[in-house]
Amino acid sequence: MTFSRRAKALFGLGAGIALAFIYAPLIVVLVNSFNVSKVFSWPPRGFTTVWWHKALVNQGVRTAVLTSVKAGLGATAIALLLGSMFSVAVVRYRWFGREALSLVVILPIALPGIVTGIALNSAFRTVLQPLGISFGLFTVVLGHATFCIVVVFNNVAARLRRTGQSLQEASMDLGATTWQTLRFVTFPAVRSALVAGALLSFALSFDEIVVTSFTAGPGIQTLPQWIFNNLFRPNQAPIVNAVAGALIVLFIIPVYLAQRLSEPAGGRI
Amino acid sequence: MAHAASQVASDVEGSPRGAAIRLRGLRKEFGSVVAVDLVDLDVEDGEFLTMLGPSGSGKTTVLRMIAGFVIPTAGRVELGGVDVTARPPFDRDVNTVFQDYALFPHMSVQENVEYGMRVRNVERGQRRRRAVEALDSVQLGGYGARRPSELSGGQRQRVALARALVNRPKVLLLDEPLGALDLKLREQMQVELKGIQRQVGITFVFVTHDQQEALTMSDRIAVFHDGRIEQVGPPAEVYERPATEFVAGFVGTSNLLRGAAARTVLGRDGIWSVRPEKIRVLDPGGVAETGLRFADGVVREVVYVGDVTRFVVELDAGGELVALQQNLHTSSSDVLAFRGRAVRLVWRPEHEFEVGAGTAGSPPAGGA
Repeated sequence: MTFSRRAKALFGLGAGIALAFIYAPLIVVLVNSFNVSKVFSWPPRGFTTVWWHKALVNQGVRTAVLTSVKAGLGATAIALLLGSMFSVAVVRYRWFGREALSLVVILPIALPGIVTGIALNSAFRTVLQPLGISFGLFTVVLGHATFCIVVVFNNVAARLRRTGQSLQEASMDLGATTWQTLRFVTFPAVRSALVAGALLSFALSFDEIVVTSFTAGPGIQTLPQWIFNNLFRPNQAPIVNAVAGALIVLFIIPVYLAQRLSEPAGGRI
Repeated sequence: MAHAASQVASDVEGSPRGAAIRLRGLRKEFGSVVAVDLVDLDVEDGEFLTMLGPSGSGKTTVLRMIAGFVIPTAGRVELGGVDVTARPPFDRDVNTVFQDYALFPHMSVQENVEYGMRVRNVERGQRRRRAVEALDSVQLGGYGARRPSELSGGQRQRVALARALVNRPKVLLLDEPLGALDLKLREQMQVELKGIQRQVGITFVFVTHDQQEALTMSDRIAVFHDGRIEQVGPPAEVYERPATEFVAGFVGTSNLLRGAAARTVLGRDGIWSVRPEKIRVLDPGGVAETGLRFADGVVREVVYVGDVTRFVVELDAGGELVALQQNLHTSSSDVLAFRGRAVRLVWRPEHEFEVGAGTAGSPPAGGA
């Protein structure tokens, strides 16, 4: 018993350190966003909401947020469509190369962003530009979609595997056509997985910076890029803190929802 | 066993009611594995037919070919005289009760039962009324608003049954529907299912690996082995006159006498079998009325089961037989004292039957 108690304490300590690693910097950012001092300083010298106000009215921030939202929505839409179709193809049908391709499709999330970025950049340059499509928001959307597809695919494929084939069979057995089965049975079964996948891919797209810098056209600046560019400007640093603080708070929500929805008990939406 | 099956088939073709299901030369390969091989079977209208066999014997694959989930590699599936081999599941007048029930988790019990009518555009009022009736008929009146997850295993089973029956199919397919239930509930549902079948008069094709279940419920049993049908017949016939060694062993205890043992005890060659409950256990040298068969041996094992006791007897002539005795006047201590004792086993010669070697194509020995 003494051993188990000691082990418990040890694991508790480990968990505590891990949490501190992850969250201490975030807390510093949040605290600093209310700090009177203009430079990153510790301990904080006084409380102010002026940086939050400045961030709110800052035109650069507003444009960047809008760009990021557009990119995230676009990439998520593409990912939902292609990712769910691909997962149905992989889970529900057997075809040559199925196993290999289901591995290949999740590779983009493991590949270093810099590699994806370079590859996309030269691909767009050689394929899209001759077609008259130049670098801009659209190329960012395409770039983000490559890894967003993976997130949707993983979520939906896992759900499809868990629900098994028998619900679809029962539906067809009761007289439903393929289309009716898709609408009344398959879609409701994967709906929450789709939502979870969408939330995660939006979150992924929203904080992407490496692929973005290789695929964005001139004048296109997403929020992460704006932050990166303004972080070391003395006047902007506190505003960056406020923006980062806002992001932390905002992004807890979708990630929490996605987490809940991908659990089996996390019923319907 | 193609021979036995085609014999049955010709019997049925002559009957006035005709075949609800007719399978001809059905074969299914999964890659290099032959799951079902040359199955011929006719199921009469209104019949309760059980496909019995161990797992992997092909019975479920045959069921799924009737339902339309599996496309046969070769052969034909006819429903009510119409060839449906190439038709998708939703275009066949059969409904299935699945092993895992396959109730739609996001719909209420009522919506589950209405589903078949909903996708066929049955008018809403009629749909609702029929679903309520169907739920009543399986003793689930008032459960309509619940979710499947709020029901017990037995209740889910009934919902699955109601969901299928409410569409009034010509044929109901049941894929080991009682497999997940505990013994008591299982036995209760066996009686209920049989009652429902008699009441609605729909053809039931029931898949199970449980021989007791098959014997209890069926009008006829088709015994599957290695993708083929070894024997088709009424329960009593399959049990009392198994056509092959496999059937003898799978439906009941095989209790075989062969080689030297058969020659010494029966004075004959071949493989013979006697059901355990037909054998009486007597003291050595105990009276053998004329005309009775007997074999001497030593009790190797005694298994007290409560209502009966199972004696495993090693025969002096070689081999062993299992004898089942009712515990009419004996208690556990009485019967357990039999271990190691010399006994004489006695049975009537008409309860012996010869079993084929179990190879496909050999004629059923007891069929005459």
